Amino acid sequence: MDFTDTPEEATYRAKARSFLNETAEPKSSGKRSIASGWNKDEALVAARAWQAKKAAGGFAGITMPTEYGGQGLSPILQVIYNQEEAHYVAPRGVYEIGLGMCIPTMLAYATEEQKQRYAPPAVRGEEIWCQLFSEPAGGSDLAGLRTRAERDGDDWVINGQKTWTSGAQFSDYAILVTRSDFDVPKHKGLTFFFLSMKSPGIEVRPIKQMSGAANFNEVYFTDVRIPDSQRLGAVGDGWKVSLTTLMNERFAVGVAPPPDFDEIFDLVRDTELEDGPALDNAMVRDRLADWYVRQQGLKNAHFRTMTALSRGETPGPESSINKVVSATKHQDVSFFGMEMQEMLGIITDPEIVALDGLFQTGALSSPGYRIAGGTDEILRNIIAERVLGLPQDIRVDKEVAFRDLPTGRD
Amino acid sequence: MNFEFNDDQRMLRDQARRFLMDKSPPEVVRQTLESEQPYDRKLWRQFGEMGWLGAAIPEVYGGSGMGHLELCVLAEELGRALAPTPFASSIYLGAEALLTAGSEEQKQGYLPDLATGAAIWCLALSEGPRPATQGNIAAAVSNGKLTGEKLPVADGDIADRAIVVAREGASTGLYIVDLNDAGVTRQIVDTMDPTRSQARLTFADAAAEKLGQEGWPLLERIQDRAAVLMAFEQIGGAQACLEMAKEYALGRFAFGRPIAGYQAIKHRLADMYIQIEMARSNAYYGAWALSTDAAELPVAAATARVAAIEAYNFAAKENVQVHGGMGFTWEFNCHLYYRRARQLALVLGSQRRWKDRLIRALERRNAA
Repeated sequence: MDFTDTPEEATYRAKARSFLNETAEPKSSGKRSIASGWNKDEALVAARAWQAKKAAGGFAGITMPTEYGGQGLSPILQVIYNQEEAHYVAPRGVYEIGLGMCIPTMLAYATEEQKQRYAPPAVRGEEIWCQLFSEPAGGSDLAGLRTRAERDGDDWVINGQKTWTSGAQFSDYAILVTRSDFDVPKHKGLTFFFLSMKSPGIEVRPIKQMSGAANFNEVYFTDVRIPDSQRLGAVGDGWKVSLTTLMNERFAVGVAPPPDFDEIFDLVRDTELEDGPALDNAMVRDRLADWYVRQQGLKNAHFRTMTALSRGETPGPESSINKVVSATKHQDVSFFGMEMQEMLGIITDPEIVALDGLFQTGALSSPGYRIAGGTDEILRNIIAERVLGLPQDIRVDKEVAFRDLPTGRD
Repeated sequence: MNFEFNDDQRMLRDQARRFLMDKSPPEVVRQTLESEQPYDRKLWRQFGEMGWLGAAIPEVYGGSGMGHLELCVLAEELGRALAPTPFASSIYLGAEALLTAGSEEQKQGYLPDLATGAAIWCLALSEGPRPATQGNIAAAVSNGKLTGEKLPVADGDIADRAIVVAREGASTGLYIVDLNDAGVTRQIVDTMDPTRSQARLTFADAAAEKLGQEGWPLLERIQDRAAVLMAFEQIGGAQACLEMAKEYALGRFAFGRPIAGYQAIKHRLADMYIQIEMARSNAYYGAWALSTDAAELPVAAATARVAAIEAYNFAAKENVQVHGGMGFTWEFNCHLYYRRARQLALVLGSQRRWKDRLIRALERRNAA
């Protein structure tokens, strides 16, 4: 048991470090970056510039095949690069969905010509992709979606609504799953496409979240035309294609952001309670220990995942644990951080409260992490069914034509 | 990055699992639970013969010299099989104490018998309801003679020697005491987990031999080592609970289908899995720190122990719950794990104290 890289990994790590040293700015230790909204134009400009630098330096699309603009390397080297990049100011969030989910789906289902056309610009950061999956009536039950695709000559005509689409407002292209047949059971009537987000008939509206931020959008389709040549997979095979995308989502959706143990430990060390330093309070120590144990559990589980990758094995749905544990921890730590500030905890003014209001921000954003990319409940189902091999839930909608399914109370 | 046991260690695990499935199935564990026999002597002898007791004892002291990672692998299997033996007292504590602080003469004199199982050792720390601390130990050594009372002492009824925590003048130290000395009285006390016996030891001018010079810090170092090993036992037990609960839920039909298909049960089992995997990952880090004598051991050990206590407690109680009424019967084996989970949660000190210890270790690390 050891934490040392293989010679190949060590060489790659050194290469990544020297690239990052030359091209990026290290994160200064004292300063915390609070998640900046994607709506800011500067953030987008910075993200594009960074992705272009990575591509020029040979660190974009690390696991993607070389013929499509990638580096053709193993997943463990991607993890190693990410570890090193985490020490630098590197705005890569804009590209995670495109390169993590959309382009892998394209590589699995698009024509050779399409792959040549779309993958390299995505890797270079010149074209941004988003994923049009969730709908008002299809979240956890994704296959319950009802955006309609109707064949019209060589085209398909799309009408309906998607929601919770990250980055739709600045994306150039998207992957889209639709319902092309309402007369068969729900999983059988889906068809998958890719399209330009500049297509006539698309309207993007931001969703204002409970935190006040707007990281997601609703996307409305009114008679949007997509050529049949942009269909991915066979007509009616959209569910199968979606599973390819979702398999990649497990890698793309990571852990919740700070506050974590380190931040709450910092706060507690600077806090005086009514009877002395907060760090001397038994209840406080008890809670701190819980979060440290969880933080370390995830960190050490990640080392095990890396070991599997390093051996060329594919990590399974076990990684669902990551989000279940970290999202709840994020919420609990945020609440506790507010509590440590007593009555002041309700204040959000970064000039007044500790750590620039990180705990208050966390309290309002954490519910989203328990839902996005698979709710706590869906992830527990995944663990129960795919890891432990327990039976699926009873599905009353499996054999019924989609149009005959009940859709609400009335 | 190689944060996994290697092929040889995995082979050892498979061998150990097969052996224990054969020699320490629940029926055998129950013979200890339901009789006056304090431990399974036959099993104990075989552990010695197979070199398990001496896994982390160097060959020069009569051990098999495999190493601490191998001992972790064995510990997990012992926990899974609920092996009714004084392994933890004798090896995780006794042998580890000697390896950590014993003089050359002590190591040569004592370790060979620990490795074969001819001798059983235990640790005598607690003195009743008040949590033992560096400042409150009452047992005292004077002129090489120990006087005082220890309660409870795991395996104190069967051990040949105890490492006793006692004060001498103003300082606290560790002392080796021969429990067959005329000045020692032993009394068996009833325990929630009779597969691991507990005793009250009374010392009246019993001969005491000093172990190491550091006293309380040494005790903590020994406990850190034992905590990692015990975490593996706890994970083995918790994993057995998860597997039992799963098998039962798949076979138990209610309302026309297996209860394993209901989310209330599925999510409970998923939570067991999550806690066990978190504990396992933390225990791996502990194993690494133990096997490399890393400076991180105090933090790693406390983390491993806190997580393992939580995982085994949760798995053991939810295993009973998933079994419903049958899980509450003497006949079903759920209670064997439930008892052991409670025993392991307390025997090295409560989770509350280990959480405090973890934060203390983090404070020290931060100050450094």
